[in-house]
Amino acid sequence: MDRSEIEKLAQLARLEIRAEALEEVADRISNVLALVDQLQALDTAHVEPMAHPLDAVQRLRADNVTEPDCRAAFLAIAPATENGLYLVPKVID
Amino acid sequence: MEWETVIGLEVHVQLATRSKMFSGASTAFGAEPNTQACAIDLAMPGTLPSANADAFRMATMFGLAINAEINRRSIFERKNYFYPDLPKGYQTTQLARPIVGAGHLDITLGSGDTKRVRIHHAHLEEDAGKSLHEDFHGMSGIDLNRAGTPLIEVVTEPDMRSAEEAVAFAKKLHGLVTSLGICDGEMSQGSMRFDVNISIRPRGQEKLGTRTETKNLNSFKFMEEAIELEIERQIQVLESGGKIMQETRLYNGDTKKARSMRSKEDSNDYRYFPCPDLLPVVLDEAYIEDVRRQMPELPEAKRARYMSELGLPEYDASILSGDATTAAYFEEVARISSQPKLAANWVMGDIAAQLNRQELSIRQCPINASALAGLIKRLDDGTISSKMAKTVFEAMWNGEGDADTVIETKGLKQVSDSGALEKIVDDIIANNPQQVANYRGAAEDKRPKMLGFFVGQAMKASQGQANPQQLNKILLEKLGG
Repeated sequence: MDRSEIEKLAQLARLEIRAEALEEVADRISNVLALVDQLQALDTAHVEPMAHPLDAVQRLRADNVTEPDCRAAFLAIAPATENGLYLVPKVID
Repeated sequence: MEWETVIGLEVHVQLATRSKMFSGASTAFGAEPNTQACAIDLAMPGTLPSANADAFRMATMFGLAINAEINRRSIFERKNYFYPDLPKGYQTTQLARPIVGAGHLDITLGSGDTKRVRIHHAHLEEDAGKSLHEDFHGMSGIDLNRAGTPLIEVVTEPDMRSAEEAVAFAKKLHGLVTSLGICDGEMSQGSMRFDVNISIRPRGQEKLGTRTETKNLNSFKFMEEAIELEIERQIQVLESGGKIMQETRLYNGDTKKARSMRSKEDSNDYRYFPCPDLLPVVLDEAYIEDVRRQMPELPEAKRARYMSELGLPEYDASILSGDATTAAYFEEVARISSQPKLAANWVMGDIAAQLNRQELSIRQCPINASALAGLIKRLDDGTISSKMAKTVFEAMWNGEGDADTVIETKGLKQVSDSGALEKIVDDIIANNPQQVANYRGAAEDKRPKMLGFFVGQAMKASQGQANPQQLNKILLEKLGG
């Protein structure tokens, strides 16, 4: 991994990595990827990809409305609200 | 150069569940902002999603209806991106193992030809909230009521070749999901939203051109306009030596213009991975058979039944069966009035025209099925003429009461009492000896035209309320003598 790849990943994950830390982060992630390379050497053609570490099946919930309106409580802990809306810095596509 | 258009669709269909995909918050439309966004929808720390059984049942119904393979084991992935209307920072969706595999839907074109559109797959996912960009002191407002609403995203192969085909597919899909009862089909409320992928290529060339995606079209009309506009734009760009950029575009139905929203270059890196909060969902044969048994009548079957049982012409049967709400309304009117053909005429004629004019859906129709049937009964039993029926219809539409009330208050009853009609005719014959003599002296083929005078007089005398058929009959009898 080079600096620019780390910068791109950081941007996608909305993480701030200080410029002086970039080299070290790149090295550490590269080490992790080296481990992945080792794993990829194995022939897994006949192995079903694991979707979940638990060998269990999702239980489905009956379609009922069980959640009451808790808007007041949630709005109270938001940084900015108005007319029942959460306010965020202006977003434009 | 002759260009060929290639269109593929991605359709978001909101499922008609009571609660959300992964939480027990309500999905009802039109609630006060954020009153239906619970801790799970808001991604509060420590919450866990719990999958809605009905969303799976509905997705399975859809899969069976398009003859698709239902994946017995389906898993959820996280699609990671940041946007304020997506509190979790990822959308829970399906990528590697969607619940519905490849299927197809046949569409009928204006020419009468049938065409098969292949469906690549359909997957379950959750909707995002809504961002309101009106100015809140330089901030955006976020309403998360819609966040977590279950959707199926239906992805077609690039099988359509014109706006007409794409719209025909969209309408067919709309009819199907509403007939299945898995979506309310209210496009103006965003219950079905279409993303259209469009590219063009020289006719005969196999390689596909670069495509653009026009997002979030929520009416058939806008969809058609947006496609025509984009085809024209692409032809102009290519014919003037330019290149099509792969990009997302937005169409504005009010200004009839489209604009580029964002280029696709770096927006595709969603870093999907299996959602650790959700286990694989396994559906067995018994489950799928059970869903199959509970499938309601599909539009194709309905169309056939309207023709064989109700005796409707193919055209009427196709139109009425195409939309589930319209079909239910029509069947109710036909049942109560016992006049399927008259019911079809009114539903496809006056009702459709008025709804269109006022941009209402059939659900919002001010005349309910039993009221319309009441009007048809009065027409059928001769109480009112078809001309009076239009007046009654208009009054009913404007909320002036049911057919009998309007007929009563407006005094619209047609005079069918033969004694009363005979009296009117006798008076006219007595008062117009010259016209009577002329009529009786005229040749057989001139008579029908001359009869108009007497009909006019009788209508005037009865204040327009004479039953026209009966009046004609009495006039012919008496004048002939």
